[in-house]
Amino acid sequence: MSLSSFFSKFSTYFVLLFFALVTVYPVTRIITISLRPGDQLLSTSLAFIPEGATLDNYKELIFETAFLQWLGNSFFVSLVVTLTGVALASTAGYALSRYTFRGRNSMLSGLLITQMFPATMLLLPLYVMLIQLQLLNTFLGIVVIYTATALPFCVWQMKGYYDTIPVAMEEAAKIDGCSPWQTFYKVVFPLAAPALVITALFSFMTAWNEYVIANVVLQDTDMFTLPLGLKLFQSSLTTEWGLYAAGSLLVSIPVVLIFLLLSRFLISGLTLGSVKG
Amino acid sequence: MKSSTKDRLFLAMLLGPTIVLVLAVVAYPFFENVRISLSNMNIYHISDWEVIGFQQYIAVLSEPQFWEILIKTLVWTAVNIIFHVSIGVFLAVLLNQKFVAGKSAWRVLLILPWALPQYITALTWRGMFNYEYGAINLITAKYLNLPAVEWLTSPLEAFMAVILTNVWLGFPFMMVVALGALQSIPGELYEAADVDGASSWSQFWNITAPLLKPAMIPAITLSIVWTFNNINVVWLVSNGGEPNDQTHILVSFVYEAAFSMYRFGWAAALSMIIFVILFTFTQLFLNRTKATESVY
Repeated sequence: MSLSSFFSKFSTYFVLLFFALVTVYPVTRIITISLRPGDQLLSTSLAFIPEGATLDNYKELIFETAFLQWLGNSFFVSLVVTLTGVALASTAGYALSRYTFRGRNSMLSGLLITQMFPATMLLLPLYVMLIQLQLLNTFLGIVVIYTATALPFCVWQMKGYYDTIPVAMEEAAKIDGCSPWQTFYKVVFPLAAPALVITALFSFMTAWNEYVIANVVLQDTDMFTLPLGLKLFQSSLTTEWGLYAAGSLLVSIPVVLIFLLLSRFLISGLTLGSVKG
Repeated sequence: MKSSTKDRLFLAMLLGPTIVLVLAVVAYPFFENVRISLSNMNIYHISDWEVIGFQQYIAVLSEPQFWEILIKTLVWTAVNIIFHVSIGVFLAVLLNQKFVAGKSAWRVLLILPWALPQYITALTWRGMFNYEYGAINLITAKYLNLPAVEWLTSPLEAFMAVILTNVWLGFPFMMVVALGALQSIPGELYEAADVDGASSWSQFWNITAPLLKPAMIPAITLSIVWTFNNINVVWLVSNGGEPNDQTHILVSFVYEAAFSMYRFGWAAALSMIIFVILFTFTQLFLNRTKATESVY
């Protein structure tokens, strides 16, 4: 490509390096702060490995705070949301992709329209409902809201993927005597694996990374999910920078790894889901 | 497919659970929100509220702060999208050049902001904007000899801090979308353009840009809606609108009205107004850009 004659190779690498530094730098800050010993948390040093680097923050985080409890809560909530999301989106998406029925189009545009709701639109009435049903401060309450938030996007994205799978195979399965359910379950479901992975990832991330809804629904520190817990370190009178940084790092590593591994899938799923419809 | 009774039953089985759930936790709350927005529900009338008509809407629209924050929200959305798209496309074009070595490594480094949990990013940037100990002031003082900036305590700077954080967060998404689209542009087009002596600049505007458009328009539309409604970054970086409730976009403003001040009716009305703004915008934008067919 002749762009290279315009921007020389050197400047290309220079710009890439600059942006890579910008993206990586905040992460290095988290690492640095998490390794600082207690007396140096308020330090103006920019060194990557702090003076007297120690793992004390990690020890304190794991053994002296509710971190493990929050981790368990987050894991449980995310897992339930993921399972529900995958079960519902994979079936509903299939119906919307393969069948024409009255109300199909309005259902599809209805799902799309929910993406324009501000967070408070459903949260406020649901909050009032949860109070009335006495489900405030329960995992059931938060799981229901998360599933509702993630589901429209997941259904769209599953439908988009099913649209790309040729119908011929299902017709063949039918001729071989498979019931519609068997056809779906044995033929189409396995073929949709990449889209299922994205739906699972998206549902999991929604629940794992969510702060503002959890902040309204969960009130006891025992019930906190990780985002609420980590924010707690920041909002106490003297910010617990060390604990916050250690916790952030532990929470981020697995998610970032999974995300990076699946990022190829993710984008094909996104474009299929939103572009091809 | 012909729909026999058996097919219908199967269809009901596939769709039933989702329809029930969506009716219960999306449709019902939506209409409930409409009802609350027409009511006097607040901390004093939490169970004995009644429908009073459009007063809450009038109250929202006649509050000067609403218009101020609406303008801030529009600026916030526009600035973010402009930076997301231009940085994203720029990096994608750079990365897509044949000679670049280690493409997947660069890609991984550059999408890191997208992979990190958003709330961690927001809280970490809040730390980096700290006046005395934050990395930003330390770096600008040490390497550029600039005076320290009160990022989180003066309104304009706090708003800039929030935008900076979100620009950092958002460009990888656009970069990845653009990278995907770039790969489907046939190389012969550029070879032909080279033969005709077209400059890189004109190749970008005449070949790359128009061919990127079909992939970018839906991504931009989605991204405008997400940014307009991105409460996470604004709320967490500004710690709930600090200083002095000056750092808000509409959605964080509603969140505060609802859950810190319990002005339920008022907040529900403002939610509806935000929704109507976004709905109108997407319809107009998609019609203008003729991308409707590809979205539906």
